[in-house]
Amino acid sequence: MLAHSIFFYFFSIIAIFSSLMVITSRNTVNSVFFLILDFISVGCLFIMVGAEFLGMIILIVYVGAVAVLFLFVVMMLNVAEQKQSWFIGKKSTHIPIGLIVSVLILLELLVVVGGWKYKDDLMSSSTLNLSNISNTHQIGLVMYTDYILFFQLAGIILLLSMIGAILLTFRQRKGVKKQSYLKQISRDPSTSIELINVENNKGVKIDD
Amino acid sequence: MVEYIEILGQEVYKILFLLVPILVSVAMIVWLDRRVWGLVQKRKGPNVVGPFGLLQTIADALKYIFKEIIIPASSNKTVFILAPIVTMTLALVSWAVIPMSENFVLSDINVGVLYLFAVSSLGVYGIIMGGWASNSKYPFLGAIRSAAQMVSYEVSIGIIIINVLLCVGSLNLKDIVLAQSELWYVIPLFPMFVIFFISALAETNRPPFDLPEAEAELVAGYQTEYSGMMYAMFWLGEYANILLMCAMGTILFLGGWLPIIDIYPFNLVPAPIWMILKILFLFFLFALIKAIVPRYRYDQLMRLGWKIFLPFSLIYLVLTSSFLFYFDKLPKGNF
Repeated sequence: MLAHSIFFYFFSIIAIFSSLMVITSRNTVNSVFFLILDFISVGCLFIMVGAEFLGMIILIVYVGAVAVLFLFVVMMLNVAEQKQSWFIGKKSTHIPIGLIVSVLILLELLVVVGGWKYKDDLMSSSTLNLSNISNTHQIGLVMYTDYILFFQLAGIILLLSMIGAILLTFRQRKGVKKQSYLKQISRDPSTSIELINVENNKGVKIDD
Repeated sequence: MVEYIEILGQEVYKILFLLVPILVSVAMIVWLDRRVWGLVQKRKGPNVVGPFGLLQTIADALKYIFKEIIIPASSNKTVFILAPIVTMTLALVSWAVIPMSENFVLSDINVGVLYLFAVSSLGVYGIIMGGWASNSKYPFLGAIRSAAQMVSYEVSIGIIIINVLLCVGSLNLKDIVLAQSELWYVIPLFPMFVIFFISALAETNRPPFDLPEAEAELVAGYQTEYSGMMYAMFWLGEYANILLMCAMGTILFLGGWLPIIDIYPFNLVPAPIWMILKILFLFFLFALIKAIVPRYRYDQLMRLGWKIFLPFSLIYLVLTSSFLFYFDKLPKGNF
């Protein structure tokens, strides 16, 4: 078990250090890089617990997709200067709001951890015996039976938020020239090429 | 403690036994790539250094090692140096789960496919970091293009993988290969194989989807500011990724290490040789496509990924699952 605990402390120290660096580093892009490091080490911790499916999903979804978008936004906007002015400027409304949010998150965490401590049948399911099946199979079996309602609800919420995000950024611009692939492919020389005999010193008028 | 160090030593030995052949074969496939490219264009390609020019890549690598590494003054130095290292490491790390035969695999994990998918989705970071840290316009544009491209095509690759997993019923790469002992999935899932192949081209930034480094528009994309060994690391990482995608295609569709037909002269050939032959076949297709297809425009690339491949693979997913369900062929787990 020595190796196991060495790895556990290794990953958890990295996770804690990088999450501290997320909020303390001056450069915003570096913050995002530390956030990615945090995600990766949390994913590794999940794998060490035996939840290899969840760990991999964290890597794929959070590191592979969400954090890439974070990085994009932070790189494109000049957030670095704004971050400075939040703390230096006098009229800073961010700190009280941030405090309220963090207190709320702390409370939620306490409720979750407390509830988890006092629930005995956490690892049980009403339909299956989950003791000796692999992690991925367990999730697959339970997700569509016991938790079908929550699973579908989560799907609908995600779909709605996707539609909302598209609607927010959707705007129709007029006068944009677009290419129609169908038109491009179906063109042939007989309709698109016209041969004209040009008289000397006169030229032709081509309307475009 | 001594025992622990002994185990560690054995693991390091195994890892080296895997990594050194991969690095050598990466050098060889760079040569093969250039050679095929040359043959298609009726040139000879590299044929001077060593027999048939086989040592050309090693000569190139030596040249890169002796070149000076230039770090731009306005760059973010840590991230700039980290980017090629990340690319190279991620490209090599995924080989840990690739099974070359039934027993020849470094780590046989339950979620092998997910691991491959996760590591390949991390590959974006090398490019974004390189492009951003260079602090110059062409690398940044190249990095943005490349990140958008890789994220888009990952989606369709993911759905294609789900298609295969539905037929197998396991995320273990070994199980996936063994499930194909009767019929390779390239036959029932042929459209998925084609889409996987094209998505793999896009995922590894190969022509015709090499927009991140489109030299006509972006000089060399995210690699513009890199020189010497750091450029070579990007380059090696890219080819290791291509080889990995070929291996992934082999495992998912071409039956991994299984022989073409399981009869006398074919099943004498050792399993890893079959695997290597199939990987080389896929790479040969990669090289041919590089030589014969012109580069896509960026909006065409995005349209292909989101409007054609994604809906098509989703529809095929529905078809596959309904077929399996209707004929009662869904894989039953052992529980």
